Amino acid sequence: MTRIQNASIPVVEITDLKIEAKSNEGWTQIVRGISLSIRRGEVLGLVGESGAGKSTVGLAALGYLRPGARTNGGSVRLIGTELLSIPEEERRKMRGTQVAYVAQSAQAAFNPAHRLMDQITMVAVDRGGLSREAAERRAIDLFTALQLPDPQNFGARYPHQVSGGQLQRAMVAMAMICNPALIVFDEPTTALDVTTQVEVLISIRKVIEEFGVAAIYITHDLAVVAQIAHRVAVLRYGEVVEEASIAAIMDSPQHAYTQSLWAVHEMPVSASGRYETGVRPLLSIEGLSARYGNFDVLKDINLAVGRGETVALVGESGSGKSTLGRVITGLKEPSKGKVVFDGTPLPEKLRHRKVDLLRRIQIIYQSADTALNPRQTVRKIVGRPLSLYHGLRGSAREKRLIELLKMVELNEAHADRMPGQLSGGQKQRVAIARALAAEPELIVCDEITSALDKVVQAEVLRMLISLQKRLGVSYLFITHDIEVVRAIADQVVVMQHGRIVDRGAKEVVFSLPHEPYTDKLLASVPDMAVGWLDGIIASRTARLSTYPLDASRIDQTG
Amino acid sequence: MNKISHPILSMAVSRVGLGLLSLLIVSLVIFFSVSLLPGSYASAILGQNATPEAVAAMEEKLGLNQPAIWRYFAWLGAAATGDLGTSFAGRPVMTVLGPRLLNTITLASITALIAVPLAIVLGIVCARFRGRFIDKFLSTSTLASISLPEFLVAYIVMMVFAVKLQWFPSMAGIRSSMDLGEQLYRMVLPILTLLLVILAHMVRNTRAAILSVMSSPYVEMARLQGESEGRVVMRQALPNAIGPIASVVALNLAYLISGVVVIEVVFVYPGVGQAMIDAVRNRDVPVIQACALIFAAAYIGFNLIADVISIISNPRLLHPR
Repeated sequence: MTRIQNASIPVVEITDLKIEAKSNEGWTQIVRGISLSIRRGEVLGLVGESGAGKSTVGLAALGYLRPGARTNGGSVRLIGTELLSIPEEERRKMRGTQVAYVAQSAQAAFNPAHRLMDQITMVAVDRGGLSREAAERRAIDLFTALQLPDPQNFGARYPHQVSGGQLQRAMVAMAMICNPALIVFDEPTTALDVTTQVEVLISIRKVIEEFGVAAIYITHDLAVVAQIAHRVAVLRYGEVVEEASIAAIMDSPQHAYTQSLWAVHEMPVSASGRYETGVRPLLSIEGLSARYGNFDVLKDINLAVGRGETVALVGESGSGKSTLGRVITGLKEPSKGKVVFDGTPLPEKLRHRKVDLLRRIQIIYQSADTALNPRQTVRKIVGRPLSLYHGLRGSAREKRLIELLKMVELNEAHADRMPGQLSGGQKQRVAIARALAAEPELIVCDEITSALDKVVQAEVLRMLISLQKRLGVSYLFITHDIEVVRAIADQVVVMQHGRIVDRGAKEVVFSLPHEPYTDKLLASVPDMAVGWLDGIIASRTARLSTYPLDASRIDQTG
Repeated sequence: MNKISHPILSMAVSRVGLGLLSLLIVSLVIFFSVSLLPGSYASAILGQNATPEAVAAMEEKLGLNQPAIWRYFAWLGAAATGDLGTSFAGRPVMTVLGPRLLNTITLASITALIAVPLAIVLGIVCARFRGRFIDKFLSTSTLASISLPEFLVAYIVMMVFAVKLQWFPSMAGIRSSMDLGEQLYRMVLPILTLLLVILAHMVRNTRAAILSVMSSPYVEMARLQGESEGRVVMRQALPNAIGPIASVVALNLAYLISGVVVIEVVFVYPGVGQAMIDAVRNRDVPVIQACALIFAAAYIGFNLIADVISIISNPRLLHPR
């Protein structure tokens, strides 16, 4: 195994790399001359929005191009070997041993048919020169270092038998098994809950430091990159617009685009308290329970949403937030309790609800990609509720349609487009316009900004706030993102395991003292400050002993 | 292990139950649709000039004057104990069909032993070298052999190997008096024809099943770990494609029992298919019913096995949380 002796020689050096991808109109340049270099023990953060070319550059460091892409210039030198000029067979042999990859979704990246240990030790046994026993011992050491539960037996499980956070750490172990010179982390915590994300971040930081491996850390989340990276390169449209040390770029971003990314994190915090007490709430939920099969997803929920108010429903995935949204909209029947809307109990079954009642409660989903019919034009998508609920036809409908598109900051040119011809943010705006077309009194927003980039997310949130001021609509805002809550909520309701564990006006819930779970949730949201994670690690090591890379001293508290 | 295998066991038991239920429904359909056939056996045997008394006497002798529902339960009860009744010609149905069924099973087994491993290997080769010459060649030729009617394939095989080259006989009329070598020699052309017909299906479906897995993120992950393309196919894709492969294999094995009628007729092979054609010609209802029941049982049985295999090959079911 080649090891870098001199720390000043770059582990990977990318020079003027150009990559193009096949599209309908021939070849499109997706990486436009990028140069990066990373030394041993150094972590480079690669930041940018989706489509900026982050993953393409990360994969190029492994000499790998996705099908339909090709290089048309530049060089990628990995520990002294020019990857672009050697045969594929030789590039292949370097992958897994010299350079490794950690994918965004471990759930998808592990093969469901094999035990974790077999997958993790595969490369080491095949090409890393380790015996099966030695590889398994090393894997168990890594499990211990990564603070996985029961390291001795963890590998015997199948991927579906462990949690998402554990699986993500298992993939880090898989990447580390041959002690590679470079690891490419591609959004490794994006798919995780905030509380899980912290655990995985701590583990990643720990192994990077302990093993002195060089790393490329790809993310769109600046708060995360501030905890992990030494240097940051900001990517936009396949170009590096700014590169600097983490401290420099956090304190004084130079490029306008970087500044706009940073500004997103200073979203205006809305003041809550528009809700007048004593007035009958628009929606009130009393003693509500719901179950799937024998499993109680909602347990005795009590909740009220006032007119023109935003209630944020916060919690990890699986806490029952979305189910509550489904019960309110009638998509799921409750097993107990009732939902009162504007003074009248709502029929439990969707088909017992009158059309006008359906009109008054609308829902917007997380993924506009799947919520909009890909074969209908925007005109048809938004026009449908106009005819259905308001009986609008012809020019009256067209006029209202244009009004709605302008409300969501689109224009008449978008009316003839198909969803496939719109960006992610534009699609979500169409979904919002469709909900507004009904002129509802309550909109259930189910994670509607989670799939959007930070910049777009901020724009959509600002728009929702101003729409609420104009129209007086109420939002039940389901989200796991505390920043979004800070930006939009009046009231906050925290859910865990199907129960409400904390609630109150935003200022109250977000100021000390909290319920223990709210505390944990808030503490897990990364700060935009360098050293936030160090603080967390320091406070933990004060409580627990450290985890040395020695299987004989396993700390069982993990 | 006992506790772990439990959900699989209960699932398998419920599949077997469902299989038996389908077989029962099929038996109902077989019995009553056959009795809907126009004309009666008695008047057909006795000829146009038979007196009504003679026809009635014949029907009574064969039990045809009983109510249909009564005859159905009597037939079903006997069939459950392995007695498929007596043919109208007077011999027990099992004596008529037994040797024929044995011939068909022999033909099917030899074909399956060659076809199944060969098809899976060729399917894997196609998936591994997709887009290359071998893949294009096999894809095109299997498509052609699927598109041709099986009797045409049979005649082409016969023309080439029996008429032009004269390597093998065109008639596969084996008899138990022949020695094994002679029987096998005569079976070569029907086997070759059946191979061409079922191989194509299985190769194409194996290829498709593997390729559908090849676009999974874990396959890209394996490539990023430097796995060679061959190992990616064998170790990452194949274990996840067992379910769909098992079901296409089952379908083709069932075809080997029930669908070979045409091939048997073309090569004059004394199998169940031939027997059924003869029975239809003679309106020998008990034999027709027995054949249909055997075919249905073969289909249901093979699909049942495929279901169980695909359940077992799913680690989520085999190793619950």
